[in-house]
Amino acid sequence: MTMPLEPGQIEVAFTLNGREVVVVVDAAARLLDTLRYQLGLTGTKEGCGEGECGACTVCMNGNPVNSCLVPIFQARGCKVETVESVENEAVFALLGSGGTQCGACTPGVVMTVLWIVKNRDVLETHSVRELMAGNLCRCTDYDGIINGVDRAAATGGAG
Amino acid sequence: MNPFTLIRPKTFEQASQALTDRTYALPMLKAGGMDLLDHMKEGLLAPDALVDVRRLTHNSDAPGIRRMVSDGEGRIEVDAMVTLAELASNDLIKREAPMLAAAAASAATPQVRNVATLAGNLLQRPRCWYYRKEQFDCLKKGGDRCYAVEGENKHHAIFGRGPCYIVHPSNIAPPLSLLDARVHVIGSDRDTLKITDLFHSPGEGVRDEHTLKQGEVVTHISLRPEQTSGFYAIKEKQSFDWPLVFACVALRLSQGRIDSARVCAGAVAPVPWPLPNVEQSLIGVHIDDDDDLHNACASAADGAIPLAQNEYKVRLLPIAVRRAVRIAAGRPAL
Repeated sequence: MTMPLEPGQIEVAFTLNGREVVVVVDAAARLLDTLRYQLGLTGTKEGCGEGECGACTVCMNGNPVNSCLVPIFQARGCKVETVESVENEAVFALLGSGGTQCGACTPGVVMTVLWIVKNRDVLETHSVRELMAGNLCRCTDYDGIINGVDRAAATGGAG
Repeated sequence: MNPFTLIRPKTFEQASQALTDRTYALPMLKAGGMDLLDHMKEGLLAPDALVDVRRLTHNSDAPGIRRMVSDGEGRIEVDAMVTLAELASNDLIKREAPMLAAAAASAATPQVRNVATLAGNLLQRPRCWYYRKEQFDCLKKGGDRCYAVEGENKHHAIFGRGPCYIVHPSNIAPPLSLLDARVHVIGSDRDTLKITDLFHSPGEGVRDEHTLKQGEVVTHISLRPEQTSGFYAIKEKQSFDWPLVFACVALRLSQGRIDSARVCAGAVAPVPWPLPNVEQSLIGVHIDDDDDLHNACASAADGAIPLAQNEYKVRLLPIAVRRAVRIAAGRPAL
């Protein structure tokens, strides 16, 4: 049997916010750890660490995932987009609707909101509330976020 | 998390070999990794090698979800590594097995559904809070008692009579059982098993929930279409919550009257729980006769033995079944 067996550290190449990156990391590192502590992209937050709160949401190959539950080796060859890739204008709708307050959930919320805006067909099977269920917010009562999705969907994000 | 060696097999055969060649003490398969990482973070599992099967497909010419052309029944094949999001949004599944698409769509959050896989969902470990906490040395972890029996058992089983009172965690196992799903495996002397044979009750072995042998790897499943089928889950929260109870129903209808029905309940037993009594009493019922439908579903929880905190499931189950029947027949749930 020939198989790459790599004890300890591994090399992982992926596309991050449109640029090719190669990292050498502990095989047990999560995508979240690599983004924050190796690549310095601290926009992505760690909340629960168990895939419930969504503060760590990033897009992998266009779809939102919990980066706290994605081992870094799973990102190999993938297109990863973090909140740092988002243009300022894209979040005006969310800001205008009162969809942010303390900001802890906001990077994850932004990634999910923009995914919905770019992929309207997901609204055929799920409501906006259901699609935002993976992003917990303890400030806004959610109405600001939900209204922000509607505004962003109407305007492409520009609010 | 504990350190581990990452193994990246190129084929399912290599994955199977990596599980059995004894190079490592505890090699484990990793699909989406959602449940596995939770286990490793909680200290419930410390595999010294992870065998990453996430990118493998059984059929590289048509990866994902496909109609079996050689098969007279019009069966559909689904790769083990198809995600719940793909199952939920796939046009073939939505048309030919709507209860399966709905069950997949109802699970967790977009972030989870985008990563969690079909096989990983079937083989995930139970969500019992005593099992999930390292401090509780329960039956599943080699201990001598089920803490749910005298503890917090609101979410536990009303069928099955122990000795462990988990409910099976998979949303999609009950619909797959009604779709006569076959689980295709490599790595042993068998190629396939019925999905109902994939799971065993706690009485037949309490340490795990499945019947796969060491070295067996699920490559794909196949299923028979059931276009007239429905799924209904009752939850405390309308999204991102585990069902309190749920039901799947597949019907044969003629002019609104039920010729035959198949019914399976979830979140009520350690395995997907078929309801043959309800299947019998639904025969001949007209879908728009609310009284008859109500009566036919009333026996759904017959034989249940609830624990101290989950008697409510006995009352919810007939409601979930009735609403699933209505959805299967193309009516609104309520």
